[in-house]
Amino acid sequence: MDSLIRILKQNSAIPRADLARQLGLSEPELAAKITKLESDGTILGYHAVINREKWDTDAVTAVIEVRVTPEREGGFDRIASRIAGFEEVQSVYLMSGGHDLMVVVEGSNLREVASFVADKLSTIEAVQSCATHFRLKTYKENGMLHAVEEAPERLSVTP
Amino acid sequence: MSSSRIAEHVRNIPRSGIRDFFEIVQSMKGVISLGIGEPDFVTPWHIREAAIYSLEKGKTGYTSNLGTPRLRRAIAKYVEQHFAVEYKPHDEIIVTVGVSEAIDLALRSMLNPGDEVLYHEPCYVSYRPSIQLAGGVPVAVATRAEDEFSLKASDLEKAVTSKTRVLMLNFPTNPTGAVMPLEELKKIAEFSIKHNLVVLTDEIYSELTYDELSHHSIAALPGMKERTLFMHGFSKAFAMTGWRIGYACGPADIIEAMMKIHQYSMLCASTMSQEAACEALERGQRSMERMKEEYRLRRNYIVSSLNEAGIPCHLPKGAFYVFPDIRGTGLISKDFSLKLLDAKKVAVVPGTAFGPSGEGYVRCSYAAGMDQIKLACQLISEFVRDIPGTAS
Repeated sequence: MDSLIRILKQNSAIPRADLARQLGLSEPELAAKITKLESDGTILGYHAVINREKWDTDAVTAVIEVRVTPEREGGFDRIASRIAGFEEVQSVYLMSGGHDLMVVVEGSNLREVASFVADKLSTIEAVQSCATHFRLKTYKENGMLHAVEEAPERLSVTP
Repeated sequence: MSSSRIAEHVRNIPRSGIRDFFEIVQSMKGVISLGIGEPDFVTPWHIREAAIYSLEKGKTGYTSNLGTPRLRRAIAKYVEQHFAVEYKPHDEIIVTVGVSEAIDLALRSMLNPGDEVLYHEPCYVSYRPSIQLAGGVPVAVATRAEDEFSLKASDLEKAVTSKTRVLMLNFPTNPTGAVMPLEELKKIAEFSIKHNLVVLTDEIYSELTYDELSHHSIAALPGMKERTLFMHGFSKAFAMTGWRIGYACGPADIIEAMMKIHQYSMLCASTMSQEAACEALERGQRSMERMKEEYRLRRNYIVSSLNEAGIPCHLPKGAFYVFPDIRGTGLISKDFSLKLLDAKKVAVVPGTAFGPSGEGYVRCSYAAGMDQIKLACQLISEFVRDIPGTAS
């Protein structure tokens, strides 16, 4: 199961026939394993990693450090899920250190992100402060380097 | 120019078969190669970064002939942890320019003219010429497909004479991917003790064993440490072929003799490679495991595809080679490889490059990207199907 998840995490688009052969499984056996992982919520979904230099170049991503007042019942969970519900929000993490939540927000332009922070996020009662950092350039994302490295030359036959 | 200015013992070494083949492949464009005996991975970044840092710090001088004390200590710890043999860093370990140099030093240190050396075949291309260049007499012992190319002590008994001094082992094996079952390895240890042989064990692929198989070095068996030279390197497990760095561990008298030759020929292994090697041993386990898992998946793929294509191939338990049986095609190894190259532009190495007992087989390396392996398997399948008279 570990190998299967590791491969899918790296490349979920791998043809299922190839994957089965690599794992030494039949295709129906593999399909059953994947279905099980999907239905028990281990695999939540599949994404493409997009190079933003090539597509949707005006889009803006911001990482927002949010300090919140935890609630007597439920701690950070209710407030975090309230933030997570907004469509602009890509990721929400509870953090150790100087702030409580780290929120990754994506918008089609700067105004959109700014208005989300000003109108939605900072107006939530429990939110004490927000520090918004805009992304300037991406070098590596989800384990993928964004600049395509040229493969070094190798000899074609060696002992 | 007359060739007589070249020494006779060098003239007598035949040209490497793999080199002829390499030149044909090099002259062609767009070849998909399963002929490469090195990892397709680049050395893990943290290891490269450690070497760069050592250059920044100005570590550019010679080191001790035996290698830096830090690296020898790291080697001692690694070998003890992974192979259960203890060596003293100060006089039982020498750092060499790859295992190739260690083999050369060991043979030159121990052989008198006419001494015989046993080695199993098919095997790595350098063993036979290295023995000859050291003045020894190579005695090949063929391994068989039905034993998955592991070595039988009974076959060694048939080949041993009063002149035999050394036994060379390489498990997992290049080119067959063979490993040694522990029971048979014990018999080989008893054989070596009985005939008072020194064993040179080339452990270069020992990290690359699959299917939860644990690798046993002959050096760890009872009574063997004092008669075994354990040779290992970084090329395969840590994808460091171009760094040219390896080591030998063994009895102090042999290490001392090897050091004598090494100090006058190499002086020491490259300093920055030694720094990189420390990083590999101290923190390289995770990247090594990741590459190994990738090899395992590719192995499963290639073995299943070749068997389906009608060229039988056992599931090798080590290294990154498969050694399929191509006799069903009616072709000899060399013709199979040349015709496959010509018709489909896929390069595999004829089994005979690894000794005459490799006839009827070819070596396919799966140290290549999955997409390359997939395409190569498809083309090999088409090639085999198109040979008239093949039953598949």
